[in-house]
Amino acid sequence: MIATISRRRAAISTGTVVFVLALVALGVFVVVQLVRDPSLLLQTLMKSLALGSVYAILALGFVLIFKATQTVNFSQGALAMCGALFLSFLVADEHIPFTTIDNPLMNVGGPSWLPWFLSLIVALAFAALLGLVVERVAIRPMIGEPLFAVAVITLGLEIVLRVFATDSVKSQFRSLEVPWGTDSFELGGATINWSYIAVMIAAAIAFVAVFFFYRSRLGIAMRAVARDQEAGMAQGINIGLVFAIAWGAGSVLAALGGIFATQPPVKQTGAVEPDTALVAFRALPAVILGGLDSVQGALIGGLLIGGAEIFAGQYLSGYTDQLGAGYPLVVPYVAMIIGLLVRPYGLFGTPEIRRV
Amino acid sequence: MLRRPNLYTSYAAEMQMLPTSTKKVVGAMFVIVLFLMPFSLPVINQLPFIRFLGDSEWLRPMSTVLVFAVAALGLNLLTGMAGQVSLGHAFFMGVGAYTAAVIGGAGEGSLWGLGLPIWIWLPAAGIGAALVGVIVSPVAVRLRGLYLAIVTLGLVFIGIHLGNTSWGRKIAGDPGLGRDFPDLDIRIWKETDPLVDMSNDGTWLWFDVTEAQKVYLFLAVVLLVFILVAKNLARTRTGRALQAIRDRDIAAEVMGVAEFRYKTTAFALSSFFAGVAGALFASLVGKLPASQWNLALSVEFIAILLIGGVGTITGAVLGTFFVLLLPNLVEDFTEWLSGRTDQPGIGGGIADAILTEGPGDVGAISTSTQSPGWQLSVFDWNLVLYGVLIIVFLIFEPLGLYGIWAKIRNYWKRWPFSY
Repeated sequence: MIATISRRRAAISTGTVVFVLALVALGVFVVVQLVRDPSLLLQTLMKSLALGSVYAILALGFVLIFKATQTVNFSQGALAMCGALFLSFLVADEHIPFTTIDNPLMNVGGPSWLPWFLSLIVALAFAALLGLVVERVAIRPMIGEPLFAVAVITLGLEIVLRVFATDSVKSQFRSLEVPWGTDSFELGGATINWSYIAVMIAAAIAFVAVFFFYRSRLGIAMRAVARDQEAGMAQGINIGLVFAIAWGAGSVLAALGGIFATQPPVKQTGAVEPDTALVAFRALPAVILGGLDSVQGALIGGLLIGGAEIFAGQYLSGYTDQLGAGYPLVVPYVAMIIGLLVRPYGLFGTPEIRRV
Repeated sequence: MLRRPNLYTSYAAEMQMLPTSTKKVVGAMFVIVLFLMPFSLPVINQLPFIRFLGDSEWLRPMSTVLVFAVAALGLNLLTGMAGQVSLGHAFFMGVGAYTAAVIGGAGEGSLWGLGLPIWIWLPAAGIGAALVGVIVSPVAVRLRGLYLAIVTLGLVFIGIHLGNTSWGRKIAGDPGLGRDFPDLDIRIWKETDPLVDMSNDGTWLWFDVTEAQKVYLFLAVVLLVFILVAKNLARTRTGRALQAIRDRDIAAEVMGVAEFRYKTTAFALSSFFAGVAGALFASLVGKLPASQWNLALSVEFIAILLIGGVGTITGAVLGTFFVLLLPNLVEDFTEWLSGRTDQPGIGGGIADAILTEGPGDVGAISTSTQSPGWQLSVFDWNLVLYGVLIIVFLIFEPLGLYGIWAKIRNYWKRWPFSY
């Protein structure tokens, strides 16, 4: 006879109730707004998807590094700012920094967008290099050390990198000169910025790339290491390589996020500013809400947090006086805390199994 | 006959506050130095390197160190003893500071303030912060590790924003300038003559003391009280319960340690320390905007704990002295260098190599605002140094300054044997 193990479970969990209630409230809200002003709803939706994409890109970087090294990379914001700066150096400077040699990317010829995209690729390559160097110098020696110590090392890195990055834009903001500029188009009465479309495409590419990468031989090795570092090593996986790839890829994603963080909907100026690095701290709630170790969590968490921020900013703007100016910027943290009350490991995060 | 310091013959002997004679001597020296530091003593002020002890310029930074040490002891309770990593310490300091401001500060215009004396607002600051800690803890207790760190980080951002709301402004004042915090004068009631006047020079016992020396001595007493409280907490049932939770939470629960209750206690106690320190710090500075209680402040406390040594009271105090005084030392060093540029000799050569004083000069530290690119100001170099210090300490000496001391101690304890 097979003994069946019965686990006592409530028929309907609190989480389900909250989820259903939230869905109903959202449905009512959408219907009301559709009747009132459909074009405003469309515009807000597109804007929130764009912001969500920025957060999702940054969150994906956090998740990749967390899966490999089991720590949150608090230097993501500084890496993002450095990446955006690299691009700015490449597209805006006539000389290679600190020299008098002409910048070869300025004179590529061809259509006007070609030099920019070449610069983007080179900038991302530099960002990857920066990630690799940081990993080799500061993270690799800490394999096997307490995770908290590694997290604090990344906080130290954040301070160091950010001082250098902030210093380059302190006296003058640095433009990124994106080919689509600040142009926008009309769609059903809604004004939609081209950069919204660009960031959505970038996010789609990033997530598809990670999706396929995780199915390659190396990607499987990385997922194995994420499950169990020691077991992975016993299987002959080179942990150092996994760390390096995670940090390289995380840094590229940070740079991509940083570049789009200078564009609408995050910032209107299109230039790298001293507070560009802060965007990563706003993406942290997206990671936590989605679950620290989940790729789809990063996407959904990013879109949810972006949506919450933009919708709150649009439809609660009548209460700005009570909520305080700039209240949309703290909506992500509030949403994160509410989300964690319901699910302590985020929506898709793996709960830690506690063994005696 | 050689003594055997590690051999305890009774439990009481092992659980003493200062169990070995070395610790007794060092502890006594610490207290003596702490109280003699603000005075310019005739012999000591001639000695090199500790010349700054009686220097009035060093009293302000030293007073700040004493206040920060109280807050560091609080974070040590939560992170070092109970193992709950919190990046929200700045938030609780801010809560304490504004509780103190509302109860002790002057209410003018739209600002709230009751103007009550220090013996009310200082404990109230701690209690207010502890209450907020208890309110937050149901969320925090469910979370583990980095999830907790990030949620507490969220608290910092939410806290700064609350200072910007319409009712927050009544507490925190103008977002850019901040509000005045109460001063440290000890009075019986609102407007009576102060029993202890901290804002003017005067005479205590038979000594003439300046205003800064008075403040320093008061804060030194506060720090000593909190060191005693923290040290005693570690030796009691609560302290042992917190350490059991840190080492293995599930095992602690099996032993009968109520995890939820003790984690809440840890949050409340840590916030109490933070609140008192925040109120004192705000009072010391005088005027602060709400945006000062930010992530950088929280990170500073994590750095203090790590550089000093997590989980030890000595480490927390040592780390505060080290982290907070280092920028001042660096500044002095740069000043010393800048006096030596363009001079012959090795000192001048080093100064020329490090400092940049004009557009054509090359060097790491820039003293002129004209220099482009990555020639950083002294302030920025301080930040870089601080970041590098965190990284280097964690990579090479994960136990911090306390670990270095423990290594030296163990070496000499076993000398001439290696183990």
